[in-house]
Amino acid sequence: MEHLTSETFDANARAALNDAQLRGALRNATSLFGKRRLAAAQSVSNWEDLRTQARRIKDETLLHLDKYLEAFTSNAEKAGAQIHWARDGAEANEIVKRIVRERRGRLVVKSKSMTTEEIHLNAALEAVGVEALETDLGEYIIQLAGETPSHIIAPAIHKTRYQIADLFVDKLGIAKTDDIATLTATARSVLRGKFAAADVGISGVNFGVAETGTILILENEGNIRLTTSLPRTHIAVMGIEKVIPHFADLEVFLKLLPRSGTGQHLTSYQSLITGTKRAPDGEGPDELHIIVMDNGRSKMLAHPTTRQSLACIRCGACLNACPVYQQIGGHAYGSVYPGPIGAVITPQLIGLKKAAQLPYASSLCGACREVCPVKIDIPELLLHLRAEITERAEVSGQRSETVKRKAGERMAFKCWAAVMTRPRLYEFGGKMAGFLQRLIVRGNRIGKVGGLVATLAPPLAAWTGSRDLRPIEAKSFRQKWRERGATVRGGSAS
Amino acid sequence: MDSQSTNDQRRSSIKVGLFVTCIVDQMWSSIGTSTVEVLSRAGCEIEFDERQTCCGQPAFNTGYRAEAKRVAQHFIELCEESDAQFVVSPSGSCTAMVHHYATLFPDDAKWRARAEALARRTFELSSFLVRELQVLDVGARFKGKVTWHDACHGLRELGVRDEPRALIRQVREAEFVELENADACCGFGGTFSVKYPEISVAILDRKIEAIAQSGVDAVVSGDASCLMQIGGRLSRIGSKARVMHLAELLASQ
Repeated sequence: MEHLTSETFDANARAALNDAQLRGALRNATSLFGKRRLAAAQSVSNWEDLRTQARRIKDETLLHLDKYLEAFTSNAEKAGAQIHWARDGAEANEIVKRIVRERRGRLVVKSKSMTTEEIHLNAALEAVGVEALETDLGEYIIQLAGETPSHIIAPAIHKTRYQIADLFVDKLGIAKTDDIATLTATARSVLRGKFAAADVGISGVNFGVAETGTILILENEGNIRLTTSLPRTHIAVMGIEKVIPHFADLEVFLKLLPRSGTGQHLTSYQSLITGTKRAPDGEGPDELHIIVMDNGRSKMLAHPTTRQSLACIRCGACLNACPVYQQIGGHAYGSVYPGPIGAVITPQLIGLKKAAQLPYASSLCGACREVCPVKIDIPELLLHLRAEITERAEVSGQRSETVKRKAGERMAFKCWAAVMTRPRLYEFGGKMAGFLQRLIVRGNRIGKVGGLVATLAPPLAAWTGSRDLRPIEAKSFRQKWRERGATVRGGSAS
Repeated sequence: MDSQSTNDQRRSSIKVGLFVTCIVDQMWSSIGTSTVEVLSRAGCEIEFDERQTCCGQPAFNTGYRAEAKRVAQHFIELCEESDAQFVVSPSGSCTAMVHHYATLFPDDAKWRARAEALARRTFELSSFLVRELQVLDVGARFKGKVTWHDACHGLRELGVRDEPRALIRQVREAEFVELENADACCGFGGTFSVKYPEISVAILDRKIEAIAQSGVDAVVSGDASCLMQIGGRLSRIGSKARVMHLAELLASQ
């Protein structure tokens, strides 16, 4: 299956809007997640305080990230872990491949990890003949389908159970069924055998505790527990922003993350891993490798506005709350991270040029900021990126599509500013518009415009495609104010 | 309305500068005249500076900060010449933009201070009436079933939620019902509505669905732009429900 890119966001979104099954699945899932999140947030009395505390912890960590990373890695090493630093995804993939190769690994089991999605680790492993099997049910489904995740915590959110049933019939050769218990049991029986046979287990990391060198991973299915304990070698891949200072800080994040993500008070499993196996029980893998990866994150760290992008704990609440995501789902964004936070992170990871549409794919309604457990001001970040895009388009000598499109827009806004700072010109413009609309007003409404009008005024055509336009009133407010009399009361003009 | 006339006398000294907004001024002026009517009934003396144009939000939201800044400076300067205690606007979105002005001057403390001073005295209509004047009843009368759509910027930037509802509940003969997901975006989003019209209308259709279920005669809101979006779709599909600005509802008698 061909994967969509951010560059064709507009076309991707239109295709998604025409997919009735997708929209039905999204509507059910996002509204269910939204309701559960709200109920779970209301179940704690100090939700707002927790959000403030979490953000304070993240801010403090990000401000002194070097110090906390050093503490985390040295404490993890003391506990028996091996630390690897990766500048980017390519380096991280090389490190993973080398570890697997040195252990003559043929089969790798993976637990759900957005960070490994970000660096396309599965493809890198497959290219060298290593089978990388996803063991999270949602990830397993999309891997079977040859797709990518469309949600940060619910990767197969875009699929109905009937689509999944068809997929299992097709790929696993089971008898036709749409019984959910049968489907999950089928996946479980396939995966159980793989856990036992796997040479290496690869996981992500939710939090890395600097104080103890511990990593924490949250889940509901038990597959992470198996991935990180059955194979002899465990590789954990984490972004540099995953570190938090103290073990006690987990109390705040454990209250916020499950509630924001799935609406649970706590996930079914919390795996706290400090180093490798040791006495008295001696269980677990022989080796723990932690790959600490930058991959564009330190650039976000440099600017005080973009720094907050790194506070994200990947709960997915902003996706469920976003009116745009609710309609088009995750694939349309053409990026590993979709939705509001994806529209913020993606351009910073892959470059503004490739993802120039994403910061504009928002009505700036602010629902994302309202639900964010770490109070990331996503609308502020979107506006910041929009300003960067227009400023870069102005100084850029390139003739890319974005730059060309932006050149016309820039000219329009320069004219707009000239008019808006000259009240007489502004009033004249309004009168002209009122005069010209006579051409298109029919029965006190402006319906769908076509032909020459649509060509001359593309925004008007875009608006009236499926909405009428309210005609401009015969007199402007300032005219009525001057005439004051019957319609306008009020005090004296200045 | 005895208490009202007492209020009128007590407040006779309250001078309000009307920030009508460009969209109301140029496209939907009856919202402006209704705002003047309502503020007058609440005992305010109103002035209107004809040099005002736009708050600058279209440029700001599209990423053209230099252009937004020029327009913001124009508005700040003309407001500074007025001795009105308050600047009041029938728009949560444009009021929120004025509240954001300071961010346009990251390296200019003087302009930032001027922007902040203006923000402190700039209010959206319903919150001005309820929070600043403690007025709930402006003597309005409207026969019909009405509901309130929370426009995003008023709700999430200014915290306007209870004020318009309190005002609507005082309107004689009006029956108020809550809209399902009243706080969900209508899909307008400024240039978003024409950059991504299909997404914009898909979002809007959820709102339209909720309006149809509510069976109201009028959808009331605090921003002309959201009302143009909602009203435009209601008109296109031939719905009998109409859109009304809060000022229009409160001015009805």
